[in-house]
Amino acid sequence: MLVVLVGVMILHLLDLILLIISTALNAWLVDGDLSTDLWYGCTSKNGGYHCKQSISEDWLQAVQALMVLSVLFCLLSFVFFLCQLFTLVKGGRFYFTAIFQILASLFVMSGAIIYTVMNNGPESSSYGHAYVLAWVAFPLSLVSGLIYIVLRKKE
Amino acid sequence: MTRTRGGVFSCGSLLCPPSRHLFLHPSIPPSLHRILSLLLWKTFTFDKQTFHHPSSHHTARHVVFSGDRMITLLTVISVVLLASVPRSESIVIYTGWERHALVGSDVRLSCSFFSWHWTSEDVTFSWSYRPDGAKDSISIFHYTGGAPYVDNKGPFRDRLEFVGNPARRDGSILLKNLDFGDNGTFTCDAKNPPDIVGRSSSVRLLVFEKVPVQAGVITGAIIGVVLGLLVLVVAIYYLMRFLVARRVFSLSVSKKKGKGKEGSQQKQIF
Repeated sequence: MLVVLVGVMILHLLDLILLIISTALNAWLVDGDLSTDLWYGCTSKNGGYHCKQSISEDWLQAVQALMVLSVLFCLLSFVFFLCQLFTLVKGGRFYFTAIFQILASLFVMSGAIIYTVMNNGPESSSYGHAYVLAWVAFPLSLVSGLIYIVLRKKE
Repeated sequence: MTRTRGGVFSCGSLLCPPSRHLFLHPSIPPSLHRILSLLLWKTFTFDKQTFHHPSSHHTARHVVFSGDRMITLLTVISVVLLASVPRSESIVIYTGWERHALVGSDVRLSCSFFSWHWTSEDVTFSWSYRPDGAKDSISIFHYTGGAPYVDNKGPFRDRLEFVGNPARRDGSILLKNLDFGDNGTFTCDAKNPPDIVGRSSSVRLLVFEKVPVQAGVITGAIIGVVLGLLVLVVAIYYLMRFLVARRVFSLSVSKKKGKGKEGSQQKQIF
């Protein structure tokens, strides 16, 4: 049982770390030495490092909001998991935790989908590693949420 | 000054000694300085009877605030500062800092002034325009002798209208049917004889195709709404639990008054 518990916790923490990295790093779109979105577009031309704010379009702001919300909900679900670990009756399921984790995964999915559809970088640009991490975090959080639905508390 | 308990200040060396050691602003004349420092000293009066600190072992003098003396002191200080402000005879002109507008819309550029003299009949307003990137400005509007003169040859012919009220010190103009070439700086200069010395004020006009959304507004709105919904759902859940518990309780009480045993039975079920 301890193995399952530790494994579930490690999965959750890994998911949280991926979400935080994806939200905080400005590397959703990469074009040569310019890496941009979600917050700043930074380029390292001529030896210096110049950053300017990302375009304040409405879809980008929605992606920002959804990524921040997913991080918040993942964190909240981890806190609830720790709470429920001690307060749940024997045989109970971690529904509260599962709800928040699944909501977090939905937010990540929505954010990634909106960004994929609406971004209009130049022809030479490609997706950066923060974008890839967002897409990796989505199934991870979904699986984690489903595990919490199935998981039952034992003594 | 160290603060002891109960709001009593024990004084150091600066405020306790007589007024000549008190140093206020150098611009205040010496006689006024004496009066002010005496008032300051009297305000922080020495009143051992009312505020005796029980745990004070040292014999430092305790000073407390005297309420109405504070008010008198503040009034005197504010009057002195206002009087010492040099009365400038120059005119002060107010326009906006920046104006944002959409292509094809109208924008009103406001200009008003403050002057120590009454608004004379010879008050003049003049607006000049400097396009973005250009070095020279051209004059586009002039109001003098009670009549406005709008641009009839320059870039704003037939698009400029005077909507101000000189009697109320308002020299605003209305620009109609804006275009991208109207981006630039508009400078308003007003003169109110004999008050003619003053700096003109500029307002920058920015013409957009569509109004840009400020960064972070939508982000904050989405986050706030979702978190608010979460708090609302949790609150409703706990409220329902509380209400259900209360309804059961009141139900059993009323039944207890009527029938007695059934009420206690119902309580046992829930």
